[in-house]
This record gives sequence, structure tokens and C-alpha cells, in this order.
Amino acid sequence: MNSLIVISILAIVVLYIGLFKAKNALLPVTIIGLIAALVLSIMEWNSGASPIYSGMMLFDNFAVAFSSLTIVSTILILLLSKNYFEKISENVAEYYTIILFALAGIIVMVSYHNMAMLFVGLEIMSVSLYILAGIKKRDFASNEAALKYFLMGAFSTGFLLFGIALIYGASHSFDLDVIKQYVIDRPTGIDPMFYVGIVLMIVGLSFKIGAAPFHFWTPDVYEGSPTLITAFMSTVVKTAGFAAFLRLFSVCFAPLAEDFWMPTLLVITILTLFVGNITALYQTNFKRMLAYSSISHAGYMLFAIVALGATSTNAVFIYAAAYSIASIIAFGILILVKEQTGGENFENFNGLGKKNPFLALMLTISMLSLAGIPLTAGFIGKFFMFSTALAQYHVWLIVFAIINAIIGVFYYFKVIVAMYFKEAERKELTSTSYYKLVLSISAIVTIILGVYPSLITDLF
Amino acid sequence: MNLLFLLFFPLVGSLACLLNNRAAKQIALVSSLITLASAIVLLCNFTPDASRQFVVDYPWISQFGIHFKAGIDGISMIMVLLTTGLIPLIILSSFNRNFNNSSALYALVLFMQFGLLIVFTALDGFLFYVGWEIALIPIYFICAIWGGADRIRVNMKFFIYTFAGSLFMLLGIIYLHLQTPGNTYDIDAFYSLNLDAASQAWLFWCFFIAFAIKMPIFPFHTWQPDTYTTAPTMGTMLLAGIMLKMGIYGVIRWLIPIVPIGFMEWKQLAIILSIIGIVYASIIAFKQKEIKRLVAYSSIAHVGLIAAGIFAWNAAGVQGAMIQMLNHGINVVGLFFAMDIIINRLNTQDSSLMGGIAKIAPKFAIALLIVILGTVALPLTNGFIGEFLLLNAVYQYQIWFAAIAGLTIIFGAVYMLRMYKHVMQGELNELTSSFKDIKGTEVLVMGIICALIIVIGVYPKPILNISAAAVDTLIAQVNNKLAF
Repeated sequence: MNSLIVISILAIVVLYIGLFKAKNALLPVTIIGLIAALVLSIMEWNSGASPIYSGMMLFDNFAVAFSSLTIVSTILILLLSKNYFEKISENVAEYYTIILFALAGIIVMVSYHNMAMLFVGLEIMSVSLYILAGIKKRDFASNEAALKYFLMGAFSTGFLLFGIALIYGASHSFDLDVIKQYVIDRPTGIDPMFYVGIVLMIVGLSFKIGAAPFHFWTPDVYEGSPTLITAFMSTVVKTAGFAAFLRLFSVCFAPLAEDFWMPTLLVITILTLFVGNITALYQTNFKRMLAYSSISHAGYMLFAIVALGATSTNAVFIYAAAYSIASIIAFGILILVKEQTGGENFENFNGLGKKNPFLALMLTISMLSLAGIPLTAGFIGKFFMFSTALAQYHVWLIVFAIINAIIGVFYYFKVIVAMYFKEAERKELTSTSYYKLVLSISAIVTIILGVYPSLITDLF
Repeated sequence: MNLLFLLFFPLVGSLACLLNNRAAKQIALVSSLITLASAIVLLCNFTPDASRQFVVDYPWISQFGIHFKAGIDGISMIMVLLTTGLIPLIILSSFNRNFNNSSALYALVLFMQFGLLIVFTALDGFLFYVGWEIALIPIYFICAIWGGADRIRVNMKFFIYTFAGSLFMLLGIIYLHLQTPGNTYDIDAFYSLNLDAASQAWLFWCFFIAFAIKMPIFPFHTWQPDTYTTAPTMGTMLLAGIMLKMGIYGVIRWLIPIVPIGFMEWKQLAIILSIIGIVYASIIAFKQKEIKRLVAYSSIAHVGLIAAGIFAWNAAGVQGAMIQMLNHGINVVGLFFAMDIIINRLNTQDSSLMGGIAKIAPKFAIALLIVILGTVALPLTNGFIGEFLLLNAVYQYQIWFAAIAGLTIIFGAVYMLRMYKHVMQGELNELTSSFKDIKGTEVLVMGIICALIIVIGVYPKPILNISAAAVDTLIAQVNNKLAF
């Protein structure tokens, strides 16, 4: 809870710093504030077993873990932003502020205990993101991204809200515990309205996490937005979406899984895997490839919800952590390459291995992690997902997942092939020490989680 | 503790190689020799009974009951000796070459050794899978960075093939894990599972595909000739000498004892595929003019025989496979090294352009002849005992299969000796007249290989003894499980 307060105040403080033109203080203040929020969040570990504020919020270990993960990812992304926002826009302070507001919404999303708070958190986050996507005012693609995101987002929010209303209509409450009790008390004879509510909520949440067939906004929005914002959307926002999704379904709707929503979600999962992967395969633009691959990763993460069980939380957590860290490396290096060569295609990476062995190694680790090769965190994430799904006897789902993992290797290795096996005339890229720090930390964490995941998985 | 040293020292060596680009070769050689020495220390302390020795067991990922559990029995011992023995030879064989960025190359070679040793000693399903993949990543980079023409496409195919196979194996391993009481990945828990025939049948395929692609068995072999041909010679040696044995070892340790009923159901098909592989590869090898490709196809044929011997599943077959894996490793490294010497000096692969090399390079001619005789399994060379046992095993299963396999071995002798004739004998021509005889490290490597071929050929008993008890126990265990 304290971390939420700190982040909200921090956002306003940063806005004032911008007002007084103290540009150099922006980044340090934001980072220090976020670190304070992180520490406060971790200190709540094992201390918040019961809901607070009239049952509105619940800071249990689940909330603490996901808040901490999103805060860490945000810190890493902001560290990459040194000198990045200045090049796009005059109003740098607004970036930091809006990102911090989005983060505040995200903290609410991972710790809600009441449907109303879910909606409020989701909207705080979404509205901030609509602005961030369109923040390059004079850039056509950025404008398009913002408008598309806004229209589709507003639409999906409508679905979500309608779903919440119907569920309220059936169970007479927004409180998760009451809704859970409603389901448990009625082995038969649940109001049909309730089922419709669940379906509408699945639609709304699937949109937020970019699952097929509600994924159409993802590639354009990801491509059009400034790269760091894309990184934020595809890591932090996605993690939050999954945490919210998982919390809702594991607390409230778990007893209805077999009979009702599991088959629906199974279809969504398989569709998401294939759509994301097969489309990613045909991309020549690295950023677009990452966008489509993020759809397929959403598919893998949905396994945990389809096969709801004891290990689901762990599986989503480690998968989200692995995916976020690897994506931050990928987007970070993409920014450097684009600055130098002006393009985001695979050819722009040609010969990077020779000129920048460090950057190439980092990107290789990131790609191996995204592809799910052992000794990287990405493999552990996939392994947890596969185990979770198999524990519920979804053998066919795993067979589909394997086919998709193989397709994934094709396009992730395209970058590795370009960097190491293709020659090109290029100059050495220069990167700041912030960059090296973020990339090294991310790569080391990727390897450590890949070798010894018990460090974080034993927590739950 | 000894085993941990053996397993992790290559990793240390790998990192050490990265420190110094100029001395990477020497560092790698020293590191691999230390690893070999520690393997020999283990061998001296090893009692050749059926038990597992030097077992190390640490909890790793507690939620899923995963342990870092490794140990050595007779079967693993042979594989460890193969790996630790061949790597120094492979490194030594590259001493006359200069590579771009050699520190990365040698680091990758040693990193691969790390993965291979884990595969051959793992007693935990998850650890086995991890080792399996660790061995794959470095060889992909070795072949794709330092390889020849068309290396990107060829190695992508190789990687996708093997990765696809291993993911199905992962599915199988996780499924088995969920069936074990207490949910563990321990191999003994897998062994004591009694699954119904239907599950065993599909689990058999999960593992079989992974292993069949690695060996490779017909029709999963299509990645192999291209990969062998375009890879740098070190890569080819690693692939043919050690890596394909991962598949064979996997069949012995992780396939048949775990799903014996599934295996019995598909046994005939597995043997038939192996024998088709022998015939098919031999015919193609016979037509090859490119010498490296010829050796690649001959390797498919030899591996086909090893696979057939194992799938026949009797003591002779498995024992034959054990010793033949070691010998095939030695011979194929010798052959690829010799091919590398020829190709490098003449700048061509085409055997029809060569001739008469024996006249001006007598040392090389003798060495190559010994290696080829070992490969075609002449008595008193190392190949003989293995192929004899393997054919015997196939004979016990089905006399006609043995006849086909046996004839093909004769066929094998024909194309290998014909290749020798084309390359080494006949008249010198413009291309070959400047061929220089082997010297320095080349003599050393060829000398060691020839010595091993003859010593093992004359007196194979100590090596057979290492694995005999373990093999007998394993077969008895499977028979018990089948009777149950």
C-alpha cells in the first residue's frame, strides 16, 4: 500500500520538477523514488493477509511480488531512457509523470480485491498509455497508434464494465470474496447472467493482454509508439494484465473452470499462440516481430490460467519476469541500432557481432531466453508453464506449444544470424554506462534465474 | 566431489579461454587434459560392478522435485571416457589452423564438453534435458560461425530438427515426472513406474524422435550430411565423434528401461528403420565423390548398425554398442582429421581429382590406412569386436536382418577402400604432387588414434569389463519389468 502512495506522490513531484525546469533532476528523483517504493513494497511481504480499506485492496504476497516485478521493470526501462525522451519532445517531465501514473494504476491492478478497484486501476493505466502512445505529436505513426489504441481500448473497457455489471447483478457484490462464495454456494443454478458476465470479462481482459482474436491493435500500436513506451507496454503492462486476470479467475471463478470458461480460454490460448508466432515469422521489422512475439508469449502465459492449479502463480510470475527482462534488453538494443542506422529491420543488425561483441552477446542471451533455451530464464518460464498445463492433463496443448516454440526459434534466431553470420559495413555503436548497466543486470538476472530459479520461485 | 570437478572443470576452462585470444588453444588443451586426468582418476577408483558411483545429489528446483543428481555406472563411464578422451584430440588436431576469434571457438568447444558430460552422467530427468540442450547451443554456433558455404541455412535446419526432437522429449519427461509418486525427476523413480501400454507407446515416440534425430536414424537423418560437410572439421568431429552418441546413450538409459512395453511394441519398426538406414547410407556413400560427405554417410551406416544392435536388446547388442560407440568415436575423428588434412592441402573435396598421395606422404598413408581398416572392422582393429557383437545381436533377433546388415558392412569396406585407392594410390597428378606429409601435431594426433585402434583391437577386454555388469543388470531390470 505504501508503495502505491509513494508512486502517486512521486508522479506529482516529478511534474513540479518539470515545471521548474530542473531537467537533470528528473531521472535521479524518479529512480530514487521508485527504489523507495520497491523497498516499501518488499517490506510488506508476508504482512498483508487480509483485505484493507473496506475490502477494496489486498496486499498479499501475490500483490507484493507482482508490484515489485513491475517496479523493477519500470526502473530498468527508465534507466534506458536517459537522453531518449529529450530527443523526441520538449516536455520530458510529462513522460516520467505519465509513466508513473500508469505504474500507480498497475499497482492497483495487481492488488485489487474489489471489481471496482480493478476497473479503476485498469483505467488509470490505460488512459496514461493512450497518451504515451501518442506522445510524439508530429509523428503520424504515433498518432495512429494512440487513436487505434484509444478506440479499441475504450471498446474493450466497455465489455469489461458490462461484465462486471452483470456479475454484480447476479452476485450483488463487487467484492471478490463474496463473488467466490456466491459460486461455491451454488453448485447448480448460477444465474445465466453471471456466465455472460464471465465471458465479457474474458473479452475485456484478453484485449488488455493482447490475446487473439482481440490482438489486432498490438502490432500497430507497438510499432507506432516510441520504442521505450513499447517496451513498457509489452512488459510492465502485460505483466499487470496477467496478474489481474489470474487473480480474478483463481479467486472467483476457479470452481467453474471445467464446466464453463476453461474450453473457451483453451481456444483463445491456442489461437493466440499460432496467430502470434506465424505472423511473427513473416516480419522483416524487428520491432514488429517483437510485437507479434509478445502476442505468442501472452499465449504461453495463458497456460497458467487455463490450467489453474497450485503452481499457476509461480508460473506466471517467473514467465513474466523472464519475458520482461529479455524484452527490455531487446528493445534497449533496438533503440541504439535505430539511432545509428535509422532502420528497425533485421538487416540493420548485420555485423553487430563483430563491431559490438558486448551488445551482440546481450541480445543473443535475450533472444535465447525468449526462444526458451535452457540456462536462461525464458526456459524456466516455459518449463513452469508446460508443467502446470501437463499437471491438468492438457497434453495436446503442450504439443501445440512445442510446435510454436519451434516456430519461435526461426524468428528469434534471425537476429542472431544477422548479428554474427552476416557481414556489413558499420561503425561501432556507442552506448552510455547506464545502458551497459541495465543490459548487464538484465542478462545476469536472465542467466541466474535460468540456472537457479529457486531464488524467486521458493518464495510462494 | 570428484564428479563435480569433472563436470564443472570444462566450464571453468571455457571461461578461461575467453581471457586470452592468442593462447586460447593452449588453455583449451590444458583444460581438456586436466578433465581427462580427472576422468582417469575416477576410472581408477571405479569398481566395474552394476552400482552407481561418485553420486552427487543436491536439491535444485524444490517445487518440482528437481535435483542436481549425477553419478557414474559402467555405461556412463565409457561415455565419459569417450568425451574426455576425444576432446583433447580434437583440440590438438586444430593446432595447425588459425581461426578468427579463436578464444570464442575454444570456449564453445569446452562449453559443449560441459553439456555432454552432464548428459552422460545425469540421473535426473530435468538435468538430462538441460545438458542435452547445453550441448546443442555451442555446436550450433561453432558450425554456423566457422563453417563453410551455405552454413546459415544448413545449421538452422540442424538446430530446428534437434530442438524439435528434444522438446518432445521434454514433454515426455514432464509427463513421467507427474506420474511418479512424490513427483520427482529421479531416474530410479522413472524406472520403477509401471505405466499402461497406451501411455508407454506414445511416450516411446516422444523420446525416440529426440534420440533418432540425434543419432540420426533414417528417415530423421536429412540434416546430417549437409551439416557435417559445411561444419568446420572440429565441429564435424564433435558432432560425429561425441554428439551422436548422446542419442544412442539416451536409448540405452532413458528410453528402453523407462518404457519397455512401448519399446517392445515398436521394436521391429525401430530395427527396420535402423537397417534401412544402413543400406541407404551405404548406397549413397558408394556414389559420393566428395570425401567428407562420403565419411558423413558412412557414419550414418555405422550408427545404424549400433542402433539396430541396441534395439535387438540383448547383452551382446548393448555391449557391442558400448564398445562400438567408443571405437566409432575414435575412428571417425581419425577419418575426419585425415579428410581435413587432404582437403586443406588440395583445396578440393573431389576424390576423382586426387591420386598417388601415398607415394609422397608415406606416414599419412599408413595412418589413414589403419584408420580405414579400423572403420571397416578388420579383425585386430578396434572396429571388429564391436561390429561382431552387434551383428551377433541382430542375428539373435532375426537372421535376415543380420544378413542384410552384414552384407552392407562388406559394402562399407568396398567404398572406404575404393576411396583410399582413388585418393592415395595411382599416379600423382599436378594437384597432388605438392602434397606434404604430416608433421608435428598432425603426426601426434594420427599416432594416438592409430595406437588406440590397434590396442583396443588386440585387447578389448578391459573396456568390455567396464560396462559388462551395468549392461547385464540393466537388461535384467527391463526383463523383470516386462514380466511384471
